[in-house]
Amino acid sequence: MALLDVKDLTIKFGGLTAVDGFEISIESGELRGLIGPNGAGKTTVFNMLTGVYLPTSGSIVLDGKNVVGKQPYDIVEAGAARTFQNIRLFKELTVEDNVKIAYHKQMKYNIIDGIFRLPSYWNEEKKAHNYAMELLDIFDMRQSAQSLAKNLPYGKQRKLEIARALATNPKILLLDEPAAGMNPQETKELMETIYLIRDKFKIAILLIEHDMNLVMGICEKITVIDYGKIIAVGDPDQIKSNPNVIKAYLGE
Amino acid sequence: MAGKNKKSNVINLIAIILVFVLLNILTTSGIVSRYFAGILVTCFINIVMASSLNLTVGYLGQLALGHAGFMAVGAYASALFSIAINEMGMPATIQLVLSLIVAGIITAIIGYLIGLPALRLKGDYLAIITLGFGEIIRVAINNFKFTGGAQGLTGIPKIVNSNNSYWVTIVVLVVLYTLTRSRHGRAMKSIMEDEIASEAVGIDTIKFKALGFTISAFFAGVGGGLYAQYTAFLDPSTFGFMKSVEILTIVILGGMGSLTGTVVASFILTLLPELLRDFAEYRMLLYSAVLIIMMIFRPQGILGTKEFSLTGALRIPAAIREKKRAQNDAEGGDL
Amino acid sequence: MVFIQQLINGLQVGSIYAVIALGYTMVYGIIKLINFAHGEIMMMGAYFAFILALVGAPVWAIFLISMTLTALLGMAVERIAYKPLRNSPRISALITAIAMSYLLQNIALLIFGADPKVMPSIIPNKPINIGGLQVSNITIITFLVSVLFMILLTLFINKTKAGKAMRAVSEDTDAAMLMGINVDRTISITFAIGSALGALGGILYAVAYTQVLPTLGVLPGLKAFVAAVLGGIGIVPGAMLGGFILGFIETLAKAYISSRWSDAIAFSILIVVLSVKPTGILGKNTREKV
Repeated sequence: MALLDVKDLTIKFGGLTAVDGFEISIESGELRGLIGPNGAGKTTVFNMLTGVYLPTSGSIVLDGKNVVGKQPYDIVEAGAARTFQNIRLFKELTVEDNVKIAYHKQMKYNIIDGIFRLPSYWNEEKKAHNYAMELLDIFDMRQSAQSLAKNLPYGKQRKLEIARALATNPKILLLDEPAAGMNPQETKELMETIYLIRDKFKIAILLIEHDMNLVMGICEKITVIDYGKIIAVGDPDQIKSNPNVIKAYLGE
Repeated sequence: MAGKNKKSNVINLIAIILVFVLLNILTTSGIVSRYFAGILVTCFINIVMASSLNLTVGYLGQLALGHAGFMAVGAYASALFSIAINEMGMPATIQLVLSLIVAGIITAIIGYLIGLPALRLKGDYLAIITLGFGEIIRVAINNFKFTGGAQGLTGIPKIVNSNNSYWVTIVVLVVLYTLTRSRHGRAMKSIMEDEIASEAVGIDTIKFKALGFTISAFFAGVGGGLYAQYTAFLDPSTFGFMKSVEILTIVILGGMGSLTGTVVASFILTLLPELLRDFAEYRMLLYSAVLIIMMIFRPQGILGTKEFSLTGALRIPAAIREKKRAQNDAEGGDL
Repeated sequence: MVFIQQLINGLQVGSIYAVIALGYTMVYGIIKLINFAHGEIMMMGAYFAFILALVGAPVWAIFLISMTLTALLGMAVERIAYKPLRNSPRISALITAIAMSYLLQNIALLIFGADPKVMPSIIPNKPINIGGLQVSNITIITFLVSVLFMILLTLFINKTKAGKAMRAVSEDTDAAMLMGINVDRTISITFAIGSALGALGGILYAVAYTQVLPTLGVLPGLKAFVAAVLGGIGIVPGAMLGGFILGFIETLAKAYISSRWSDAIAFSILIVVLSVKPTGILGKNTREKV
């Protein structure tokens, strides 16, 4: 059974059909790409998968559970975490706190423990601290732990968003243009990091990207959409030579 | 890490007790007049009101304009309860604590109920709906018989003094401090920073907004209870929109999200009107001018989101020495 | 019979609410700010009229000069207190507006004193007989004058260049700027017109209820605001609709339920609207782009 099974997903905004009959099936541990020209509806698909938008029709089954109509935080609990195209960090909080907040659900002390500083508070906070540091190590950001998120350079902000999403212990990670604004060196590091994450945490990754090196480089299978509809599905070689894809990107 | 925290806890505890001893000596020996002791009580009440509002405004980031309504509920609830149990002859402290708990719980319930429709709204809409609720509470109190109506409520036991109000204030501040530095406080802060991102990392924003708002209402009720059993007389017109604005001014002046700032601002905005007694009619003029100037030039308030740390302050001499030594090393010589 | 009488009363207070609500809604539409100080603008308009009436100015001059002076006041408030905060978080602007409201109230208090002034009778009160009902001519005049200005405003917004500029800035400030519209001036004009209308409401209120005091604007201001939200905040026809509806509800509530609870009823309407459809009767549904 696929980890994420999406069928016939459609959303209409007033008279405009932004996404029409989208479908995708992702196995556990799979590296999947979602590409298409600007405005094709990729982020809209993400927003539906993560509960930000309510689809007009269609089904989304994550790890055997139907998640259409669920709140974003319930979908995180079901195992899907995401990053944002425009980076949505908690700007006035430290890097470490950004990660710790995502670790929230796994901290097992209640509000009374917190207020009265009972032992479980200290234990769980220490565990969270260690866990956050381990995650930051993967992205080589341990030394920035106490910096405010808003003061980080752009590349590190993107990395932090991924680290934060990982802290929710997801089964599938949805990355929205993680390489945007990165130079080739940073992009290469990102590719290695994505492989590392997939291998270490055994999670699937669905990637929206415009950087073709990245997509063709690491994605095992790619779905292409244009004007809200799927126009091709295949492995990188198939997609590269697909005439519909070429037409969509370059025009007639 | 835990060791450092234990040390700073001990230092803070000693400081709190020292301040209390000082306070006690000053008031009982008569060095500080009865009048001034009364100002201190007012100040403590303002601290409780402002820090409870700070949780909603400075931590959840929601502008709530009906805080005076919560104060009213707490005031009347504690007053009626205290009047009811007055004949039982229990020690004043116990009577006070019980009445404050009752006040807090009842206000928290009202806060939760108001939060149900209110917290689904954002920004301006939330502000106005809380304003509306605050006004409805005031009108209701003005019209009910059991609250004494427009004539007010009298005969409330006057059991609050500078000592017990000090301890209540300390408890409130400590609880708010530990709450905001727990995972629940972090979750609330994340909602203020970016609600959509907060949901995207698994925070049940509806639950946490309700939690923060209800706790804020609880402590507002406690503050109201202190007020009622200090002034011993309640007049519904005290609890109008203007009162909500006064409390908000303290929060803004001190810095949204800073408890220390709230304490400092409470002192300033309680003492100032007293010192300027002769200029009483200029008081609201001053408040409003201060607010406008702050919003334009220093919206983050006196302390911003920083807190004053006693342990940090005590380390200043050592830090200065360390800095001198580092400077000296950098210059390549010895002293 | 009594019911129709009440409806006519409702028409009077509704007209006043509608005219004041227009000021709220225009300002909100253009800079997304709830101008808490608008009630005080109304109050200042009433005081200007009071002074002019005292010195014996003719009726048309009282209206014209008061509205002009108040328009200038509104423009000044915007320049001094709101313009610096145009790019600040909304909470800052809201707090400033609240503070401005108290500032104006207290300035009026210091200048005029707390005792209520009695508005000289500039429109002699003559009952008119309409189909067996005794209606005050002031009620009719209030209604007609309000409707006149609402029509003028609608024409202005739809037919003039400045009006189009206002609509453009409301839709998308940055785009309007790129199209060459002077955003600052457009906002000033909006405040001027909104304040003039607020003053109109204040003058009509003072004529109808005769008392002028520094807290004149507080409750009518809040209620006019409820009216604006009810009709759809930011939507001009909504303010007019909301004003009349609120006027009717309040008058009927005072007559048939209780006058002591009438304020609470107005606020309850606010809460119901905000809970069920925050964008108001004529409002649209908006969705945030992620």
